[in-house]
Amino acid sequence: MDAARSIGTTLTAARPQALAALLRYFRDLDLAEEAFQEACLRALKSWPQNGPPRDPAAWLIFVGRNVALDSVRRRAKQAELPPEEVFSDTEDAEAEIAARMDGAHYRDDVLRLLFICCHPELPATQQIALALRIVSGLSVGQIARAFLVSEAAMEQRLTRAKARIARAQSGEGGVPFEPPGPVERAERLGAVAAMLYLIFNEGYSAAGDQTAAREPLCEEAIRLARLLLRLFPAEPEIMGLAALMLLQHARASARFDAGGAVILLDQQDRALWNRAMIAEGLALLEKAIRHRRPGAYQVQAAIAALHARAETPEATDWAQIDLLYGTLEILQPSPVVTLNRAVVISKLRGPEAALAMVEPLGDRLGGYFHYHGLRGALLMQLGRTREAREGFMTAISLATTPAEAAHIRGHLDGLKL
Amino acid sequence: MFYALLCYHQEDVVCAWTKEEDDAVMARLGIVHERLTAAGKLGPAARLLPTTAATTLRKDQDPPLVLDGPFAETKEQLLGFYILDCADLEEALGIARELGVANPGGCYEVRPVGLFLDGGARP
Repeated sequence: MDAARSIGTTLTAARPQALAALLRYFRDLDLAEEAFQEACLRALKSWPQNGPPRDPAAWLIFVGRNVALDSVRRRAKQAELPPEEVFSDTEDAEAEIAARMDGAHYRDDVLRLLFICCHPELPATQQIALALRIVSGLSVGQIARAFLVSEAAMEQRLTRAKARIARAQSGEGGVPFEPPGPVERAERLGAVAAMLYLIFNEGYSAAGDQTAAREPLCEEAIRLARLLLRLFPAEPEIMGLAALMLLQHARASARFDAGGAVILLDQQDRALWNRAMIAEGLALLEKAIRHRRPGAYQVQAAIAALHARAETPEATDWAQIDLLYGTLEILQPSPVVTLNRAVVISKLRGPEAALAMVEPLGDRLGGYFHYHGLRGALLMQLGRTREAREGFMTAISLATTPAEAAHIRGHLDGLKL
Repeated sequence: MFYALLCYHQEDVVCAWTKEEDDAVMARLGIVHERLTAAGKLGPAARLLPTTAATTLRKDQDPPLVLDGPFAETKEQLLGFYILDCADLEEALGIARELGVANPGGCYEVRPVGLFLDGGARP
């Protein structure tokens, strides 16, 4: 790796911590981002000559803070000074900064930065885009490609989302800058975990020629989950979330054929599964379970783990998976969970029992691709060809990706034989 | 003399490597590993999973306390190790330099081995 590349990686790695601390100092996202950018430019000049600092994040915070303060003061000559309390945090910060970087002090900064991005007023896609831009530092172009929109459109969306957050932050409902209490911290962790899983699923649900543009989203979600875990090492649900994402992403190379068509779990070449990711996922899940505080991410990770442990599809422990889905239905009741459980029931007790479980979900899942896809597949297994065809046709009309539609068309072709 | 080469690096930096960057480092290291193996210098070696997967047992109390994460929060984390069979420290440092060219950044701690048990278990 050449020197510039290596500095780039270091800056990327330090970004969440540095930006989060700068946001606490300046209480303004734009100013914090500007400060971080400027600090990065100086790093690119100074590090090749003087060598990288021992603690890059602390260096970036220190330099970014000074640069931004200078620019604020320069601007203040033309405009009115901001209220003094805005900068009160920075007075004695210089001496403390090294100590702050060591301890748990900045873990709440990173959590706050992520939490601000998942403001409930923002639609999910904007939360994701904002987190990828601000926390991960992905370029607007990269994010635009992942969401299949033009760069200009994404730029505009991000600007609007930031303005909305700035408004919210200056009003009553703003996220406070004091360290949160335990209850508040737990709530923030829950919201941030949900957002990370959204980021992951944006990447995971990609198919065909989108895969290349969206796969970084999966990696980014995993990276941020590992970061959260380093800051909050004893949170079983964060361990569960990281495990779930690792165990799912481990199958990435086996999920699509050369033509971009979906390969279902029981047809995947398990030799292509990433063993290091599976090992890490299983290790995290093991640690999480020791806490005896079950949660939805841990249960989903446990289901993914049973698939990962099965050397062949036939070796899958469906009975155990069924029990876990039962737990998940209690922890997180949702018709989609029941639909997934029906797949397990079809393995355990056959298509008829599964269909009986699926039919009552029609009211709530009538507009859901996977509902009609599974229903069609079960009807096909039962030899009810005409109804199966109708189910598949409805599924195709609801497919969200060409790969989904192509997969169902494969079933339809089978029916004609 | 056996030496342990303890590999420290900033984990968040290593985790931020792209797959291509990671593969490139491993390919460069692979060449050195092969040469060391051929020369009979390389003992067991391991790359460790991230410290987030670690659990620590504090045994200075009774009963021992099980904690999540690595034993200490450090700027650079223990990410792997080699066991090397070398004539002396100079040779061990030479190998460390060579590995360092293939995998720059972070540091290697060269530490003589006091007791070595080859229990025979293999992953």
